[in-house]
Amino acid sequence: MNQIRYNTFRRFRELAVRNVMLFLTSVSLLFAVIIGISLYYKSAPILDQQSIWNLLSGSSWKPLKGEFGFFPFIMGTLWVTAIAIVISLPLCLLSAIYLSEYAHPRIKKAVYPMIDVLAGIPPVVYGVWGILVVVPFISNDLAPHFVEFSTGYSTLSGGIVLGIMIIPLMISVFIEIFDALPAGLREASLSLGATNWQTIKKVVLRKSLPGLAAAVVLAISRAFGETMAVLMVCGNVSEVPKSVFDPSYPLPALIANNYGEMMSVPMYDSALMLSALLLFVIIVVFNVISRLILIRIERNFAL
Amino acid sequence: MRKLEEKIFKVLMIAATLAIVISLFMILVGILKRGLPAMSWDMVSKIPGGGFYIGKEGGLLNAIVGSLYIVIGSISLGLIFSLPIVLYLNLYLPEKSRLAQFTRLSFDVLFGIPSIVYGAFGFTLMVYLGLRSSLFAGILTVTILIIPILIRSIDEVMRRVPKEMKDAALSLGATRSEIIKPILRQVAPGIVTAILLSVGRGIGDAASVLFTAGYTDSIPTSLSQPVATLPLAIFFQLSSPIAEVQDRAYAAALILTLIVLLLSVAARFYSRKFSKNKI
Repeated sequence: MNQIRYNTFRRFRELAVRNVMLFLTSVSLLFAVIIGISLYYKSAPILDQQSIWNLLSGSSWKPLKGEFGFFPFIMGTLWVTAIAIVISLPLCLLSAIYLSEYAHPRIKKAVYPMIDVLAGIPPVVYGVWGILVVVPFISNDLAPHFVEFSTGYSTLSGGIVLGIMIIPLMISVFIEIFDALPAGLREASLSLGATNWQTIKKVVLRKSLPGLAAAVVLAISRAFGETMAVLMVCGNVSEVPKSVFDPSYPLPALIANNYGEMMSVPMYDSALMLSALLLFVIIVVFNVISRLILIRIERNFAL
Repeated sequence: MRKLEEKIFKVLMIAATLAIVISLFMILVGILKRGLPAMSWDMVSKIPGGGFYIGKEGGLLNAIVGSLYIVIGSISLGLIFSLPIVLYLNLYLPEKSRLAQFTRLSFDVLFGIPSIVYGAFGFTLMVYLGLRSSLFAGILTVTILIIPILIRSIDEVMRRVPKEMKDAALSLGATRSEIIKPILRQVAPGIVTAILLSVGRGIGDAASVLFTAGYTDSIPTSLSQPVATLPLAIFFQLSSPIAEVQDRAYAAALILTLIVLLLSVAARFYSRKFSKNKI
């Protein structure tokens, strides 16, 4: 009798556990949707008032007059991101090839933890470093060769700091892609008399091109959303930068910098939530595309 | 010719790797050089006293304790949500299930969403629930931020639990919920690593708590009070024009960096045999 009762209890417990877990999993799937909807809901007032194209292409940012032009901020984000990618892409590509194709296991063992540490350093600390090292360097050493005056708090500083920040993400995805490539491909090329480098150029890189592109897109979306570090070194002037030594004002910095006053000016909070929504949508789209490419690669190669 | 090209590129590759390693050391040295002179016992043992923000006595204990509160709260809350999800993916769903693949994809995407967006979302949530910026709102936001990290990294370990282990238990008549415990025991080091990773992320993130946790000079005694955090302490004190106050930002940056380094070493130690190089 007791045994039967115990088994009923077990069956019931099984059912309960399963359903609670299913429930949590389904809720978690709705999560991105909830974030999107609530940000849209908050930015709806300003979208009712002005068309999205006016907002995106307008370059006057005067919250007190009700003018919200996002163009300078979008350009700021694009400039900073472009500089970051230009700096980190060649470094990561060369270094990832070295680490996965040439390096002795002992070197890998030494370098991988360092990349992990680089990934773990908080954005604020990168910002502090930017202020301590990069900003003075640009202001004192670099900028005088090109322009009359720069405070150093500039688009270039943001780009450099951001460039270093995205290295760990980019390099680890690169290495994963190279490692996933079947060894047979390399061996076939090498056995035909190709050198190591020729094999890399003609086989490894060509074969992993879609994956590399996906990794770069991931890195771009990471750079788009990075807030604190760029906020600290970019200078935050709401104008389209004319040169890399001019200050700029990327979107995330705009959100972070104005949260304090946004409730007191009409439409201000709505405008800031719209910029959060913009970031969210762009980054989700970028991430979905690149993750799908990476999943396909993993499936095709891992046989 | 072929040899020359090979050589040139090999030199370039080594140079690139060195450049990355050197930039890491430049960052650590830069922080150490400026942070060490500003460090003192007072920094880690006292809360800000009167006149702290014009350079008088006091320390950063409020921010250190605040960050710990936030991280401990959000890790516990995060585990409550993420463990059942990971278990469901690995224990209940078949290997090639569409739902599992879709869930994994969706957490990969959530992982990519920047913390400022989570901060903005946390803020709207907070306003919607009628909360003020507080320890509770901060914990909630950081929890949302770290759940994708927890799930991704625990899932990675749990996927590698041998299928035979599960099959053996089931064939002896155990229900699926009864093999949760042994499986958890099996992946415990992986869970520890995941926790350490998310502590590192949660303790260093400023953009998410900027909107939600507020800032205060005292140590909060209830969930509804605002709380100071280390990254925000750095950020706010660095923008002060007074040199002594800026020094504290450097000291705080040093403390934060040391914490993160320690976590990273510990995570390495635990995950050595469980995880490949993945960030």
